[in-house]
Amino acid sequence: MAVPILKQGHYLIASIQAALSDSDVLQLQDDLVEQVGRFRSRGIIVDVTALDVMDSFASRSLRGIAHMTRLRGAETVIVGIQPEVAFAMVQLGMSLEDVHTALDLEEGLSFLDTQLKESTDGDR
Amino acid sequence: MTDEVRVSVSSDADVVEAREKGRELSATLGFSSIDLTLIVTAISEVARNILLYAKQGEIVLRLDNNGGQHGIVVVARDDGPGIPDLELAMRDSYSTGNGLGLGLPGARRLMDEFEIESEISKGTTIVMKKWAPERV
Repeated sequence: MAVPILKQGHYLIASIQAALSDSDVLQLQDDLVEQVGRFRSRGIIVDVTALDVMDSFASRSLRGIAHMTRLRGAETVIVGIQPEVAFAMVQLGMSLEDVHTALDLEEGLSFLDTQLKESTDGDR
Repeated sequence: MTDEVRVSVSSDADVVEAREKGRELSATLGFSSIDLTLIVTAISEVARNILLYAKQGEIVLRLDNNGGQHGIVVVARDDGPGIPDLELAMRDSYSTGNGLGLGLPGARRLMDEFEIESEISKGTTIVMKKWAPERV
């Protein structure tokens, strides 16, 4: 099932609703990289609250999304990793070290607001 | 009650199905939600391994009983090319595919028992188990 992406001001919000197959993850990756350009987005939130499993492929793809969109000028925050999923990811050896994460959508948005404010302040 | 479930694996949708069936069957044993997630993640890794290296195979899920202790058994079987060097394949960060090399060693860490047998040109069979906490 394709992941819906909402445009909200300077941000894109991708909210994963159901179990993700590998091709859904790759589709999401393509869609986000493309839409960052189309909407000139500065930030992306990928909400994984509904995901009850995140294996090495899904983790690696989310990391890929964060890296690719950063190259396109947008910061990505992964929000809503469930406690059980966090546990399994660490056991598996996936830590998403170089990716921003936040507890939930609200924290993710406030993180992006801070980032965006810092970068515009820096331009002056 | 059926205590064996087979999922044939030849597409990424089958990987999702294997995860779901695995969660359903394991849930009957009273695992904690963390353990359920560990089991399902391990199933996902071995099912993807089938897709990546053998293109098709099957996941067999069944319940086991060892002197009163209940557990889930996950068998991942394929007739693919086999793994030339098992020791190397079980090493962290080693991968011949486009993976991170976390799949098999990762799955082993998530489960209580993990055995792998592989023969060149014949295929690979992985048997892994997780034991449920004793019911009071």
